[in-house]
This record gives sequence, C-alpha cells and structure tokens, in this order.
Amino acid sequence: MCLAIPGKLIAITAMLDDTFRTGKVSFGGIQKEVNLCMVPNAQIGDYLLVHVGVAIGKVDEEEAVKVFSYLKNMGEVEELHIPEINK
Amino acid sequence: MKYLSEYRDPELVEEFIKEIHRITTKPWTLMEICGGQTHSLVKNGILEMLPDKITMVHGPGCPVCVTSVSVIDEAIFLAEQPNTILCSFGDMLRVPGSSKSLLEAKASGADIRILYSPLEAVQLAVQNPGKQVIFFAVGFETTAPANALSVVHAAQLKLNNYSILASHVLVPPAMEAILSDDENKIDAFLAAGHVCTIMGIEEYHPVASKYHCPIVVTGFEPVDLLQGILMAVQQLENGEYKVENQYSRSVQREGNVLAQNTIHKVFAISDRIWRGIGNIPQSGYEVNEEYKNFNARNKFNIDIPFAEENKECISGDIMKGLKKPKQCPNFGSKCKPEHPLGAPMVSSEGACAAYYHYADADSMLTI
Ligand code: SF4
Repeated sequence: MCLAIPGKLIAITAMLDDTFRTGKVSFGGIQKEVNLCMVPNAQIGDYLLVHVGVAIGKVDEEEAVKVFSYLKNMGEVEELHIPEINK
Repeated sequence: MKYLSEYRDPELVEEFIKEIHRITTKPWTLMEICGGQTHSLVKNGILEMLPDKITMVHGPGCPVCVTSVSVIDEAIFLAEQPNTILCSFGDMLRVPGSSKSLLEAKASGADIRILYSPLEAVQLAVQNPGKQVIFFAVGFETTAPANALSVVHAAQLKLNNYSILASHVLVPPAMEAILSDDENKIDAFLAAGHVCTIMGIEEYHPVASKYHCPIVVTGFEPVDLLQGILMAVQQLENGEYKVENQYSRSVQREGNVLAQNTIHKVFAISDRIWRGIGNIPQSGYEVNEEYKNFNARNKFNIDIPFAEENKECISGDIMKGLKKPKQCPNFGSKCKPEHPLGAPMVSSEGACAAYYHYADADSMLTI
C-alpha cells in the first residue's frame, strides 16, 4: 500500500480553483478519480504516479507502462479494485 | 530461482549480479527500508543471486507492520462508537490489536469501510452529516500528503464531522534508531524510492555522515534493487558513505515541494511508538494545533488502557535487522497469514508474510 502506481490522465473532472483540480486516471483500464493539486502542470495524456488518490509526480510513458505491468504481476495493484464510493 | 529472461531488462540484471559478485570482498549487511522492496527481493529470488558475503535484512518500511497495538485499539474503540464510520486502507483490517482486529470489530457490527483514498472519506462525511467519519491515517511520507489533503479539503468544506486518527511514521528517524542500537549490524541502507519522490533526498545526508553509512535511494523492481545494492557495495568497498540516487527516474533531489507544503500545513512532527520497536523520538506526524478539530484524538475521548505488545512476536528484532523471519519460533506454526500473531505476517509487504509465501526454505536462515 506504500507504492505509487502509474496511470494515464484521461480527463480533468473538476477545477475548483487554480490549485484544486481533479481528474480521471486510467490504470490499465481501471479508472479512478485523482486529485491533481500536487502536479499543477499535468495535462491530459500525461502519465502520473498516483498514491491513494493523489498524484505525486509525473513519469514518461515507457516507464509508466513497464512499472504498471510489474506492479500488476506482483499483486501490488489490489487497491485499485476497491470500488469508489458513490459521488 | 527464476530464469533471467523473466525479468525486465534481463541483460542488465545479469550484468549487475556479475558486477556485485566481482567487487564484493568483505561481508556486508544491507537493509532495504520499504516493504515493497522486501516483497520484490523475496518474490523474485534476488536474495539467492547475491554473493554469500552479502546479507539483506528487511527494515520497518511497512505501515501495517509498525502501527502500534495501542493505535489499532484506538481505531477499534472509535469504530465501535455509535453513529460513527471508521474508514481505513484495506491492509490494516487484519492486523491484531490487543484483543481483536478491525475485521473482527466489523464482523460484530462496527461500521468500518475500506477505502481506496482518504479523499473519499471526506465525501462520505459530506454524504452522512449525521455521522462522524474518521479516517485511520497510517503510512509513511508517501501517504502523508493524501491524508493531509483530506483534512485541508474537509476544512475548506467546513465539515465538523470529519477527522483523522493519525499514525504517521517517518523514515530518517527510524534509520537513526536502527543505526544507534548497540547491536546494530547494518552497513548500508537502500532508501525507499517513493518516499523520496515526496521528500527528496537531502534529509538523508546528515544520517549518512553521522553514522558513516552509505544510503542509496532505490526503486522496487529487480533491476533497480540490484543496481541499488551494487552502488551501496561499491561505496562500502571504497570506504565511502554518500547519499546516492539510483531512482532518478522518479526522484528529484528536492522531492515534490507542493506535497511537502501540504504535509507541513496539517501535521507537526511528534514522537511515535513503532510496533515491535518502541518509541522513536520525533519519528511521526500528528495533526497540528491549527487543524486540531480534525484530530480524532482531540475530538473524542478515547478511553482505553495502553496495550502491551505480544511478547511472542519478535517483529522488532526483524525490523531492526537483528533476526530473519524464520528465526521466529512461531513462524509458520503459531503464526501464519490466515491467523497472524504479529503484523509482519499480515500484508504481503511484511517480511514474515513475504518469506512465508515465497522464500525457498533454508537458504535464508543464516544471518
Ligand atoms: S512470524 Fe509472526 S510472530 Fe514471528 S515475528 Fe513474524 S509476525 Fe511476529
């Protein structure tokens, strides 16, 4: 539960002010709502390192894809299967 | 043992292994901090690839393992209050408290929810204005920004039914506690990559120079771990003790400053009791004065006795690098993943569970 999991930012879903943005991130097809306030220059299409619903950094695509498949093999992406609460 | 071809970058893996064997002349003990690294080292058979002279021991970098029994009891106490929803990361549910686990409390009717993110707990508080929603905020520096952000967000929404039970732990003070132990055997550390994605690497310099201990910030894949080990052994063989960054693809020297700002907005550094290890001064985060209304310890009268640790579990010695899981008399007998006696048998990132699931019997018994 301590590792950040890379995923692709596919949509910006809310922008309350300049700093408080949320987006949809796809982790190999599983989509999660993610807070973007710690990666202010993240754009749609970027790959982000996400930890428990908060993006903490950016990574390049090749790295993101490799790390994700590694974590999946290791059974370290179970947390993504927890259903999101109803918004 | 795995075939080399199963690894990402198998040629690189092979090259690092050869190089580690070539340069190692003396016995060295290295500790990886992060439970994700422990899991990776054990599951991928890396321990068997290393020279006999190199011993890897497994550090305290798993929040499931180090959250104290008393804090588990606090969480259970809160969960059992009327009109309360206690939210937690899933891994914490099976950790034994002094008389039961959160899972057992849930089975007897407490409203305990497993969430992916603390920010969802804030949503739950919005949806349930008649209930107190408490998030069980455990974790290392990597998790602190998300937990802090949940408090900032709840404050912006002016919620008076959201709070967190913080049990945050910090890596550098734990390293110092291990290095200053009289029995310390650690010659070098592999520091945890994603912790440093948040915090950067500067705070490790004083530790490296005070204890003459090389620290290499390392990722968690086999090729990362082998490169981190190589860099650490190289320093040890040369008599150096620097902070190096193997994981520069994710770790910047200064870390993520916005994330650090969020942490410092909500948390103050505090003493923290580590399960199995005991109190380590200034080794945790607690909610600060400004946000005290979001601190469950401040908001509720948590009236429980201090819980003693289970003496049968030697997890403290394991996390300090003094013993290996299989040296615990209960390993695999009284203590198994289905009925854990101690916390490191619970999550796959705990050293005992990693050895139970993957390790090849006796090759790792010696220390
Ligand atoms: S095997 Fe069980 S009792 Fe022994 S140290 Fe590990 S968790 Fe504790």
